[in-house]
Amino acid sequence: MSTTTTRGVARPASAKASPARPRRGLRGSSTFNFWLFTSPFLIGLTVFVYVPIGWSLWLSFFEARFTVTPSKFVGFDNYWQMLQDSKFTGSLVTFTVFAAFIVPATWALSLGLALLVNRLRFMKAFFRSVFFLPTACSYVAAALVWKMSMFSGVRFGLMNTILGWFGVENIAWLANPDPPWYWLVIVTLRLWLQAGFYMILFLAALQNIPPELYEAAAIDGAKPGWQTFRHITLPQLRATSTAVILLLVIAAYQAFDEFFNLLAKTTWGRPPLVELYYTALGESQDYGEGSAGAVILTLLILIVTLVQGKFLGFGRGDDK
Amino acid sequence: MSAMSSNWDRRSVLRAAAGLAALGPLAACGSNNGRSGGGSSGKSIKQYFHAYGEAGVEDALKRYAKGYDKAAVNTQWITSADYESKLFSALLTDNAPDVFEFHPQIQLIKSGQVADLSDIIDPVKSDFNPADIASHTVDGKIYGVRMIDDPQFFFYRKSVLEKAKIQPPTTLDELIEAAAKLTTGKVKGLFIGNDLHAVINPLIWSSGADTLDAKNQIAYHTEGVKEGIKKMRQLFTSGHLLLDAPTDYWDPSAIVQGLTPIQFCGMWAMPVMQKALGDDLGIFPFPKVTDSGKQSVTNGGWSMFVNAKGKNADLAKEYVKWLWIEQKKYQEDFALSYGFHIPPRTSIAATATKLKTGLPAEGVKLFNDFGHFDNIGWTQAMITALEDVFANCVRKNGDPEAALDQADTTVNRELKKLFG
Repeated sequence: MSTTTTRGVARPASAKASPARPRRGLRGSSTFNFWLFTSPFLIGLTVFVYVPIGWSLWLSFFEARFTVTPSKFVGFDNYWQMLQDSKFTGSLVTFTVFAAFIVPATWALSLGLALLVNRLRFMKAFFRSVFFLPTACSYVAAALVWKMSMFSGVRFGLMNTILGWFGVENIAWLANPDPPWYWLVIVTLRLWLQAGFYMILFLAALQNIPPELYEAAAIDGAKPGWQTFRHITLPQLRATSTAVILLLVIAAYQAFDEFFNLLAKTTWGRPPLVELYYTALGESQDYGEGSAGAVILTLLILIVTLVQGKFLGFGRGDDK
Repeated sequence: MSAMSSNWDRRSVLRAAAGLAALGPLAACGSNNGRSGGGSSGKSIKQYFHAYGEAGVEDALKRYAKGYDKAAVNTQWITSADYESKLFSALLTDNAPDVFEFHPQIQLIKSGQVADLSDIIDPVKSDFNPADIASHTVDGKIYGVRMIDDPQFFFYRKSVLEKAKIQPPTTLDELIEAAAKLTTGKVKGLFIGNDLHAVINPLIWSSGADTLDAKNQIAYHTEGVKEGIKKMRQLFTSGHLLLDAPTDYWDPSAIVQGLTPIQFCGMWAMPVMQKALGDDLGIFPFPKVTDSGKQSVTNGGWSMFVNAKGKNADLAKEYVKWLWIEQKKYQEDFALSYGFHIPPRTSIAATATKLKTGLPAEGVKLFNDFGHFDNIGWTQAMITALEDVFANCVRKNGDPEAALDQADTTVNRELKKLFG
């Protein structure tokens, strides 16, 4: 904290500040400042990320039930067990189906919202805020609202009330997996929570498109609407779209809260993190198998990310 | 100059913020470390309880704890739906509870997690329900003190069943039929919880089978159980079951609010139901699934265990002895003043006037006539394995034989680890 006290005077010149300040001794050295500012983060990263990753890798080769300091080495047994476990492999399928739907759906919805809001002549700020607001809601809170009031199975649940007006029987949205209505609950929940945030990203990108491009297109005879959107807006949004898709894929990988809260005690609708939670931290407390599953999942994510980078070309430098 | 002063402002704000941030961890160190309170002797222990649904239980437990003068007792009230997950993960940490309530499960004993309590129970062993002693005993040692026994059965609205001319069902077929007759546009005929898992064990027993046999081998994989699972699937798809209700089976709301006339629940909820429905309330055990089966009741309940790996194991044992062996007044209060539970101490049960007449007395009779107690060899992983069978074959249209085979693999793996 004290390093900042003398900065007030030197501030205007700080952009080209001299690398060494002899009168301040050690405090002025850039190496010291580097460690001063990065070490809290690095310490946190080591303690809360790298150590657990290493520990997990170590645990995955041991029989570690009800303990994180196991002694019985079992080699690749845990990996073998997890790969044979239909619940774990099933969770990978669940995730793939989920991601294959939620990523394009959120992308399209948030882009659509951004286009609509961008066109507004008045109350733009109001609608921007309204669509963004759900982002501030927690997944757990939203999941409870969805479960207990909107998609409750009793006759006075919101959806069942509406369906009742049309003479449709009450539906058990979450308890009955056949037909899989639970996907409707999960997908609407996630769309509601996520779309506003990505809408803001798209809005920013839309406002960055130079108007001259549209003028030039109009002069060249491009019709407003689909043609302009297809050939001007969409290509101009490429960098943002790529980033949004990446963020959406990451968010899908992290899916946990709403699945965990909406679908208790099921054998379906469990993405890998939920499945691993039940294996390692839930009732069975099998840290060995849980860690093995986590390592398998990490390898899969690594492969997918590499492949994705190859196709989307993100981070190649020619982007944007 | 004004720019300068605003600069100063920003800096002082930042400094204040940094100061606060630095204080944060210190403050965190100061409290909630499981050692708060600081009793007369400076020692303290931490106890874990799941959130009882009945009003006043939490206060009661804290009140009892206050009466203990050898240590400060810090009560953690776990409101999460999966108490066992919270408990199991907490036990691995430094912040583990010294005393906790749970059900007898042998893996906790094999892993050395819970302490042998024989020396505090033995002197009063004869005063406990022998079944409760048996369910906590491994190789002659007793590992937990039973606090309460909780029989689970069906509650029904007498007036509604009479109006529909239905007798309380004694077979599963009759139950399915009753559910159909009682379902109207606004009311579903039956509620057995949102995931139906509460009736897994009664279904097994009422099919003439058991979870494990006396030699700790699989006993649930029978034709009768398969038939029961198929009937449950029929019931689930009939549209006569209340599903996705706002509360689960252990909460009396569904029957009290008139969402259903028959609900599977536990004796703990009886006072609330009686208050709301008066005499318009009856009970019956889980009906027979097959001709060779017998009606059954789950005699659940909660027991106190001492964390053998905790730093205060001896002190914790002292506390358990004080409260759950010596303080009979508190034990009686805990069993009878909030929800209804059957006291496992025969001396307390003998004087429990609240359970002597009317519906509570009928509950006690079902407990004695049809009750099945916990099997200490039936562990959480095995429970989950059968829950998966139910999820796959009752809520989904899976093949019971294949699902039971899969459960066998899991359960046998567990059994091998536990019993060799």
